[in-house]
Amino acid sequence: MSATRYLRPTHLEEALAALGTHPWTVLAGGTDFYPGRVGKPVDVDVLDVTRIADLRGIQVAGGAVRIGATTTWSELITARLPNVCAGLKAAAREVGGVQIQNAGTVAGNLCNASPAADGVPALLALGAEVELHSGSGARRVNLGEFVLGSRRTARRPDELVVAVHLTPWPEGAKGVFLKLGHRRYLVISVVMVAACVALDAAGRIARCAVAVGACSAVAQRLSGLEARVVGMRPDEAIAGITNADLTCLTPIDDVRGSAAYRRDAALTLVRQAIEQAATP
Amino acid sequence: MNKPAEQSLAALRQGTTLSVNGTAVRLVCAPSKRLAHALREDLGLTGTKIGCDAGDCGACTVLVDGRQVCSCIMPVAQAEGREVTTVEGLPQSGCLNRLQQAFLKHGAAQCGICTPGMLMAATDLLARNANPDEAAVRDALGGVLCRCTGYRKIIEAVLAVATADNTVDSPSAGAAVGSRMARLDGPAKLTGAEKFGADVAPAGALFLRIIRSPHARARFTLGSLDDFRRRYPAVEGIISAADVPENSFAVFPTPKDQPVLADGHVRFRGEAVLGLIGEESALRAIAEADVPILWQPLPALETPEQALAATGDWLHDFAPENVLCRGRVVKGDVQPALAASSFTAEGEFRTSHVEHAYIEPEAGYAELFEEDGRTRIRVFACTQTPYMDREEVARVLKLPLDAVHVVPSAIGGGFGGKLDVSVQPLLAVAVWKMRRPVRMVYTRPESMISTTKRHPARIRVRLGCDSGGRLTAVDFAGDFNTGAYASWGSTVANRVPVHASGPYAVPNVRAVTRAVYTHNAIAGAFRGFGVPQACIATEALMDDLALQCGIDRLEFRLRNALRAGHETATGQTLAASVGMTQCLEALKPAWKEALACVAARNGASAGTSRRYGAGVACMWYGIGNTVIANPSTMTIGLRKNGRFMLYNGAQEIGQGTYTIMPQIAADALGVPVALIDQIHGDTDQTEDGGKSSASRQTFVSGNAVKFAAEDLNGKLCELAGAPADARIELHGTTLIARAAGAEKRLDLARCQTDARGDIALGRGTFNPPTVPLDANGQGVPYATYGFAAQIAEVEVDVDLGTVKVLHVHAAHDIGRAVNPTQVEGQIHGGVAQGLGLALMEEYISGRTDNLHDYLIPTIGDIPPITTHLVEDPEPLAPYGAKGVGEPALIATAPAIFGAIRQATGVRVDFAPCTPDRLRALLKRGTP
Repeated sequence: MSATRYLRPTHLEEALAALGTHPWTVLAGGTDFYPGRVGKPVDVDVLDVTRIADLRGIQVAGGAVRIGATTTWSELITARLPNVCAGLKAAAREVGGVQIQNAGTVAGNLCNASPAADGVPALLALGAEVELHSGSGARRVNLGEFVLGSRRTARRPDELVVAVHLTPWPEGAKGVFLKLGHRRYLVISVVMVAACVALDAAGRIARCAVAVGACSAVAQRLSGLEARVVGMRPDEAIAGITNADLTCLTPIDDVRGSAAYRRDAALTLVRQAIEQAATP
Repeated sequence: MNKPAEQSLAALRQGTTLSVNGTAVRLVCAPSKRLAHALREDLGLTGTKIGCDAGDCGACTVLVDGRQVCSCIMPVAQAEGREVTTVEGLPQSGCLNRLQQAFLKHGAAQCGICTPGMLMAATDLLARNANPDEAAVRDALGGVLCRCTGYRKIIEAVLAVATADNTVDSPSAGAAVGSRMARLDGPAKLTGAEKFGADVAPAGALFLRIIRSPHARARFTLGSLDDFRRRYPAVEGIISAADVPENSFAVFPTPKDQPVLADGHVRFRGEAVLGLIGEESALRAIAEADVPILWQPLPALETPEQALAATGDWLHDFAPENVLCRGRVVKGDVQPALAASSFTAEGEFRTSHVEHAYIEPEAGYAELFEEDGRTRIRVFACTQTPYMDREEVARVLKLPLDAVHVVPSAIGGGFGGKLDVSVQPLLAVAVWKMRRPVRMVYTRPESMISTTKRHPARIRVRLGCDSGGRLTAVDFAGDFNTGAYASWGSTVANRVPVHASGPYAVPNVRAVTRAVYTHNAIAGAFRGFGVPQACIATEALMDDLALQCGIDRLEFRLRNALRAGHETATGQTLAASVGMTQCLEALKPAWKEALACVAARNGASAGTSRRYGAGVACMWYGIGNTVIANPSTMTIGLRKNGRFMLYNGAQEIGQGTYTIMPQIAADALGVPVALIDQIHGDTDQTEDGGKSSASRQTFVSGNAVKFAAEDLNGKLCELAGAPADARIELHGTTLIARAAGAEKRLDLARCQTDARGDIALGRGTFNPPTVPLDANGQGVPYATYGFAAQIAEVEVDVDLGTVKVLHVHAAHDIGRAVNPTQVEGQIHGGVAQGLGLALMEEYISGRTDNLHDYLIPTIGDIPPITTHLVEDPEPLAPYGAKGVGEPALIATAPAIFGAIRQATGVRVDFAPCTPDRLRALLKRGTP
């Protein structure tokens, strides 16, 4: 057995240089890396990105938010963020237990690309963009285009996720996250719904974003529904939500629930999430 | 070599510097090594436990810079320059700190395996919030799983740190039984000093890794093991079926159907095939695909229906039709009685495989040692039954019993799952071949795929009553999926029919069962031996009949409850200690309140998706083995230092025998419990206390202890020249025996002792009196029974199918509570497991082999539990005390299902009642 390599740089450039020359496995909080290796040794070369200061921390400026890649869920929970991020904070509280929230990172959750990733629906609803750097430059990708499938992302092997960006929502917009699981803590979601709603002065929906997780390989925005409800009163919008709004979902049968149940529960939770997000 | 690589090698050479419990240390190991492993292996800090290596259970929780993290999923490199605190760092000035003290006082540690994790999570919380509320405690401790306590005592303890004086007192002479004295093994569990199976091994011990079948059924041949070893020189030895002197074991003599290592044929996924012996990390690095086993998969019999329908395709030649065992109890004439009944109810109920999910994966070591000119083998492992382990090890090695020395480790939860051997015969075969110490630790998935489960059941029942609501007949047929090997299948098949009519007087009973072999995981012993499954079925029908009769559900049960003088389904007349009616009476106020609360809540939530309900269920449970002998023998001596030595063979598994037995001994001797020392479980030192199973230890071993203490009392009085019934007192090393105003003194320092240092040794044996069952199951299967009634209150979201249990009230007739804190702890833990059985637990081999897909209740799932201890003393029992371990669980699931039914109108006929299943049932409606 040959010893594997472990690199823990302090500077982003060092990490990017390494990624450009060798197939490193990126490690941050370890909350997905180690569970995938129970009873097995670490047999890959590890690039530990937790010492890179540039990847850490949250900046808020005029409603826009930059979340450093290795920001932990606990740091996100305690950060001062716009109200519309309440759903994201709620999602952060649903990630594992406090131990996992203290270690697991926002970008790690995105890069692991689990269909049941707790962080994805809330970030999707917020319209998050993923900032990627490599030795040859930087780019930003919409989260919906970053996560390509179960365990698949648009990150090239030479790239590193540096930050997640949230664009501003109107003042007073509210975010909600609802998670359905079989127990209270430490539970993989059966269905998740995140919603962000902004109302106009007349109390009608001015902007709406809804994302559903664990009901398809990648969490989905319900763009048809989002467009349709603009201009409606919340109660009429909710009354009009039907299964036809969920056709983009492709749930599966697994040990946590049947596909039919997921579709059924998603409809209920989408209504509840919009109702709560539209309630000031 | 590029620059990054140089850095990593440099780091490896230099190691990682960090502070552990205030001391600077340098860890020279791979930077990617899991911190938990480094703490345990490199620093010897074994107080940090590993339950899953995946961040699922939180047992490994430590503080890093004051914040709780799972050390099993943190690389050592990330601890560089940081402050790590483990459980070993908690005591202050060598004494338990305030949090540890509160845990001790409130009985918050049972087996102790999750305790370090719980303590560290709570330490993090209390540093930020010195006076938390319950919600804050739940949020902070939500990442640590406990399988024993039901979490309530843990919550109590954390809340009490700020609000209560948590000092503990040791009871004075004569006051031990009935006292809430703290666990005697509590401090060891609270400081990390307790040694579990994975915590110790002889220096230089080799590691044993087992290669297991990926197929439910297959034939196989082994390729060239010599070639394999040439490719992998780290493999120092291999064991296969050919290395096992007697390759069969099982808990009962017939049939000894399970091989230690499969011989050309596997019958379940996870069956042991080969053992690789060497250095652990080198063995772990070997891919299973590289091990030369040529598989020929065969179609498996996946369900009892398939196995029963198979023609000539038997798992075992000795079990035609794939039936391991049939159980039968018949009394009266069921069919005419049902036909004549005013009301009848019937149903078919199904339950799933349930995993014990103790937080400690199986672990231990074996070594050879020379004694009196011969080679003996010592096995140190987690077990509920050291004496049965000794028999199995002796059998597979074809050694005489006394060549085997079993030393039980502390056991991190058992619940029936550690009644079967796991690592023991494998270690024995390996050490015998290698002639060097060998250790092993199961991974969590390995523990889950290879060890026993609760039997899935399919039960059909009909129940009838007359117009006055008196039960007339029970017709019960149950098939129990026993999996690939016998384990405790016959115990389930025999115990269930006895209990099938519930704790009720029923004149006509027909109860038949089959334990059916399939190519599934082995089903064995699990808290209740099939009775919880049966209780789900019969209690649902009790509700049916109550509804049909228009009688309140609790009242209906009270009307039919067994009372002293009644005859059971096996024709046994219950003479005394039949506390069923007292349990129901104790719950009446709570029931009335619950029903009123349900009505008010349903009124208030009209128009929403939330519905409320309350359910009640009863159970009874025979204490000890069904008919077959289950004696216990205990010995206790007095030493020259004026202290007693209790040789306690009643294995502590978290349930408290390490404390209960001394409590009984102390009162029987009339001395303070603080004067009693113990040697526990060791098969060379203690006599056979029997298994920690069947809720038997307090009743059976408790009696043995009492008799042993009385025997010792007599012997000491004789030595002192006093009458045998004199009472003794110890004053330092002077014994005073008092009788009728006279007193005799004995100077212990001048007394002769035996080789172990005992001046006198008292011995006591108890075997509960039973009468064998005849062909119709008539006889006296148990000497005494526990009784219980529980109420569950639930909230159901009918749109989502989710169920939240809001409160459980549990009334238990335990005869006498030797230690009320521990009795409550057993009840809380049983309720938690019953809740899991009802709502979330389903083991599916290959899909839920870990603790994130297999779900057990977390601290956020267990509601307040109000206990009512009913003490209707059992004349045969020590101080009247019966068992409570299994009774605690049995009524919970049916009470929850009764509550769901009241809330929604649907009868739940399957477990677990997961949200998707309940939602489907709600859409379909009750048939």
